[in-house]
Amino acid sequence: MYYWLSQLREAPVSAWIGIVLIGFFSILAIFAPLIAPFPEIAVVGPQYHAWAAPHYLGTDGLGRDVMSRLIFGARNTVGIALATTILAFLLGGITGLLAATLGGWFDMISSRIVDILMAIPSLIFALMILTITGTSVLSLILVIAVLDSTRVYRLSRAVAQDILTMDYIEVARMRGEGLPWLIRREVLPNAAAPLIAEFGLRFCFVFLFISALSFLGLGLQPPTADWGSMVRESAKLISFANFSTWQTATFGLAPLLPAGAIALLTVAVNLVVDWVLHISSGLKE
Amino acid sequence: MTDTAQQDDLLLDIRDLRIEGRSGGQWHQIVKGIDLTLKRGEIIGLIGESGAGKSTLGLAAMGYTKGGCRISGGSIRFDGQELVGASREQLRKLHGARIAYVAQSAAAAFNPAFRLINQYCEAPVRHGIMSRAQAKKDAVQLYRAMQLPDPEQIGFRYPHQVSGGQLQRAMTAMAMACRPDLIIFDEPTTALDVTTQIEVLSAIRRVVREHHTAAIYITHDLAVVAQMADRIKVLLKGDEVEEADTRTMLADPQQDYTKSLWAVRAFRRDPMPEVPQGERPLLQLEGISAFYGPQKVLDDIDLTVHRGRTVAVVGESGSGKTTTARVIMGLLAPTKGVVRFEGVDLPATSRQRAPTLQRRVQMIHQMADTALNPRHRIREVIGRPLEFFLGLKGRAKEARIRELLTLIELDPDEFIDRLPAELSGGQKQRVCIARALAAEPEFIICDEITSALDQLVAEGILRLLDRLQREMGLTYLFITHDLATVRSIADEVVVMQGGRIVEQGSKDEIFSPPHQEYTELLLSSVPEMDPDWLDTVLAGRETATPA
Repeated sequence: MYYWLSQLREAPVSAWIGIVLIGFFSILAIFAPLIAPFPEIAVVGPQYHAWAAPHYLGTDGLGRDVMSRLIFGARNTVGIALATTILAFLLGGITGLLAATLGGWFDMISSRIVDILMAIPSLIFALMILTITGTSVLSLILVIAVLDSTRVYRLSRAVAQDILTMDYIEVARMRGEGLPWLIRREVLPNAAAPLIAEFGLRFCFVFLFISALSFLGLGLQPPTADWGSMVRESAKLISFANFSTWQTATFGLAPLLPAGAIALLTVAVNLVVDWVLHISSGLKE
Repeated sequence: MTDTAQQDDLLLDIRDLRIEGRSGGQWHQIVKGIDLTLKRGEIIGLIGESGAGKSTLGLAAMGYTKGGCRISGGSIRFDGQELVGASREQLRKLHGARIAYVAQSAAAAFNPAFRLINQYCEAPVRHGIMSRAQAKKDAVQLYRAMQLPDPEQIGFRYPHQVSGGQLQRAMTAMAMACRPDLIIFDEPTTALDVTTQIEVLSAIRRVVREHHTAAIYITHDLAVVAQMADRIKVLLKGDEVEEADTRTMLADPQQDYTKSLWAVRAFRRDPMPEVPQGERPLLQLEGISAFYGPQKVLDDIDLTVHRGRTVAVVGESGSGKTTTARVIMGLLAPTKGVVRFEGVDLPATSRQRAPTLQRRVQMIHQMADTALNPRHRIREVIGRPLEFFLGLKGRAKEARIRELLTLIELDPDEFIDRLPAELSGGQKQRVCIARALAAEPEFIICDEITSALDQLVAEGILRLLDRLQREMGLTYLFITHDLATVRSIADEVVVMQGGRIVEQGSKDEIFSPPHQEYTELLLSSVPEMDPDWLDTVLAGRETATPA
């Protein structure tokens, strides 16, 4: 921990931009009910209100305040993405490390299962499962976590295998150290940097995946606000918008707001990940 | 008139060269104002420990610096042309054509995806010196001159299809392709076995002399440089210590540092007393055979080690030395035979062995870099075996860690909280020794533990091991390919070749004639400090071959 704090002082501007943006989104997500001027699902004004007080980013087709829904959307989309990524990492990371360290039949079986899961296009697989299980938040998290854990599994297994060829592992094995020590004290500290970097990237993918599912109607269900379905709902407005005046043109910009939020958070996370990757590759020198 | 003649004769003239390297956001001088002159056809040897700036200086003679380095002052004149500040275009015309470079690891310097001869042709064709067909014909000639087997065909092999020594010779041939005026050899034989090294050395020397090529020969091995160089320059931490004619330098070094370098190989430890008759050996291997997959790597090995002794296992790479150690440690199960410790048969794998047994046999690895977990502080590295084997905790553990650090001659206050990356190579190896000692073992396997270290540092480690042996009654199995090390510390010697034991006996028996054929080859291939050594050995072998 102390190590990362000391590195933070020397972080480049790009990383700081990422950190500030992530901080901003986290505050929005955590304090959404306090910050949002209107409730998440209440109809509070006329339909398709232009960008003017009190609805600074207008209202949607039902008369809900877009700014408030964006803020709540941060909470829903980002929160679920984070929970899913953490779950995917626990699942994929632990099995991957175990597979590399134990080898043998455990490695064989888990690797083949992962191969099978990866052979099926994940979007189609997720659509199929979600159609069967229904689209509750819990099943959404579980399905995406399982699908994404395959990538985590591959990475952690490969990284761990690399580390396991080192002599210090042989020393520990000769000493007769048990599995928990090997994984927790010898392998994990050395695998941490690439895994942290992967965590950031995975988070982006999960987040985009949820948005994509929502866009297709199988993600978070209305009336819950989330960025993906907000894009879908307002997408058709682009073709109907009247771009002759500024006031009417705002309808056309409506889908860009949630889409922009998705893009901005993705870029922010990647900026931080780049920096973490830079540090971790520097360590190997 | 004589002045101009001298000017013409001068090939390389480096004056007050200063090179800086960047680390931790700051520039540090790594070459601190060195002068170097080289006449046509002359060979100068650069020697010094790692970090002395040998390679940096060698590369600078090409007008090149590694990434993160810059030339901050001085001048490099090659055949009258200033290289400091020369454009890339100018340098490109020189590199390969008039100045060539032979790297330490030929395996890493060749592109694995192309045949040797195609890589050979690249420089002369690109520089417009020869056509491709001419270059190929020329390559065969040089391959023959470098005494490569089957010179017509060897060029059509890929790098992985030839041995390390052949690859190094092919690389030298490649450097000679444009008949350069200057070749820089950067430790070309360091990674080779002694028997291969002698072939490469003699081939390099003959070709370089025949073509009257000047050379900068960089090495840390004094005996090697004594064979190759006309003059020797000794470097220490980016400064010149002294420079003289090879014979003068060997016979009469002026500076203390040089004298200490010269004295390294003189270390001999006091002989141990005779083993009493009928004493039960500490470790016994009986009829051990082992396989890696289908390949047999150990063939019927019998080995006996008595308590308090040092047994050296010597042999070239691939002779099965390390595999023997792995079998003893239980990392590789033998297909046949038993390992006996104090008369008790050991289970084949380490998992089946009791911790108390594991504790008594420890192993120290060759590469201290990879043997220490980069994320563990020294406190944890040494503390873990104390906790694991002896159940020490808290203050008792802390006290013992400090005791062990003192024992290996490192200051506890300074080192206990360091990470391995904050130690030098020798210090890392000392920490590995302390980790092995922490288990309070009786038997330690040292697997080439000094081969990655500078000679002075390695000698310090050997002296330390010797002292520990006397104080604690330790028994060592010392695996090495360096016969000088064997002379320094061994009581008994085991010579291995191709997975078999060729000869074994006490040190005096092995080192004095009559020898087994292979032992003879091995012994005679070890370079000596005598500048005439190579000629003598080669002459001896030539007369011996027809007979």
